[in-house]
Amino acid sequence: MRVHPLRLQRSSLYFGLVVVALASSGLGGAAHAIDAARQSTLTSLVRQDCGSCHGMTLKGGLGKPLLPDALEHLDADSIAAIILNGVPGQPMPAWKGLLSAEDAAWIAQQLKEGFPQ
Amino acid sequence: MKRREVLTGLVTAVVGSATLELGPAHAQAGAAAAPCLAATGSLGVIIERASGSVLTVDWDRRMVVGRIEGLGDLSHASAVFSRDERFAYIFGRDGGLSKIDILAGRIANRVIQAGNAIGGAISGDGKLVAVSNYQPGGVRVFDAETLAPVCDIPAEVGNGVRSKTVGLVDAPGQRFVYTLYDAGQIWIADFSGWSGGQPRVTRHANIGKLPYDASITGDGRYYIAGLFGEDGLVLLDLWDKPATPRRIVDGYGRGEAPLPVFKMPHLEGWGEVAGRLLLPAVGRHELLAIDGMTFAECGRVATHGQPIFAVVQPGSPHVWVNFAHPLNDTVQVIDARTMQVVHTFKPGPAVLHLEFTPRGNEVWISVRDSDRIDIHDTQSFERIASIPARKPSGIFFTARAHRIGQ
Repeated sequence: MRVHPLRLQRSSLYFGLVVVALASSGLGGAAHAIDAARQSTLTSLVRQDCGSCHGMTLKGGLGKPLLPDALEHLDADSIAAIILNGVPGQPMPAWKGLLSAEDAAWIAQQLKEGFPQ
Repeated sequence: MKRREVLTGLVTAVVGSATLELGPAHAQAGAAAAPCLAATGSLGVIIERASGSVLTVDWDRRMVVGRIEGLGDLSHASAVFSRDERFAYIFGRDGGLSKIDILAGRIANRVIQAGNAIGGAISGDGKLVAVSNYQPGGVRVFDAETLAPVCDIPAEVGNGVRSKTVGLVDAPGQRFVYTLYDAGQIWIADFSGWSGGQPRVTRHANIGKLPYDASITGDGRYYIAGLFGEDGLVLLDLWDKPATPRRIVDGYGRGEAPLPVFKMPHLEGWGEVAGRLLLPAVGRHELLAIDGMTFAECGRVATHGQPIFAVVQPGSPHVWVNFAHPLNDTVQVIDARTMQVVHTFKPGPAVLHLEFTPRGNEVWISVRDSDRIDIHDTQSFERIASIPARKPSGIFFTARAHRIGQ
């Protein structure tokens, strides 16, 4: 087992970010900032591009299932934090370069409720 | 005699339905009463991933022949072909295994064999179809004629835990080779001399962390698995008996932090060209060049994005590459001799797959977000035709029927 110093660094960074994300009370409420056009773009992104690992129906593939039952143990803010920061050591990448905190919060909320088609 | 009756029957049925299924290319005008024979050598299938349908196409005439629907969840679906090129076996994400009659334009048979699946392979003798499953993890094998289950090989790795399986290919000697994603193992299921029950399974453990995909060279010799959890690849020489896995291009990331990977690369379609293998690096916007004899790294090519497919154009030094989201609107062509990008073009967002006509004259490219297949001449690089398709992904031509590992 090799441990890269950089990977370690990244993982500390990750936990730091999660704390920041969880502490940010505005995150959940930000979902309202997503307009209809952006919702459509994000819906397509999740189904088609997240779907390349999680399955187009989100029931899982190489990545974990993202259906509401499978996400019961996580609240929306935690899911948003995983979307933005990824999971170190696992293939889940950090999407923060491509998605805003508001985008991630909206996606997380939809995943909890059952993602739109 | 039997074969002729079947063909005549088929064509009569097609002509009887106003040639809607096979189209004008296959049923000559005015031949309503006469038998009309059709061949499949220039046909293929295109996965329409979001609508559970498959287009049958004729690459020689650059046209759609028909659409077959009702195939379930086809995200990440792939296909292999019967030896006579009449049937395609479609592996769906939802565990569906469908046998399509390309000539008749219909589903010949269909089973749901697992909850979540990722591709499959057909044995060297064409009699067995194997499917790689995520849920339940392992490989299930079916009779190619009837799709009756003949064998289940759970990927059990201790304490009742099962691993997802990836990178399933057929190998010479009636073998299937595949990789256990969660467990970091390569298994070889040997069906030579098999007459029922479990095949002989050789298990290679500790090959590395999170092997995400694998492929086999066209000569059936080398099986190479890519690792996500480590910077390196694993090589197995299948001509050696017993074969022993070894690590190659270890540490190609040079300790640098990887870039985010928004889509896993696919180790399919590559081969040796100009003495080298060009493979996608993981977490780097590069192709790795590996010497075809020593398997040492012999160079790199900086690319537009994270490479997904790096496919060798038959009869040429060119390797065509597409990329992961969000840089997936572009295709680059690399000359394996000079390791230079010789052409870059942008078909549009979500270029998912490409397939060459068997001699490499033309390439078909699926552009998912434009609901379109683009056909390019490989000499001039010019687009020569486009075909509408619904959210197209994988393109598979019947010539694959006669290639090892496809």
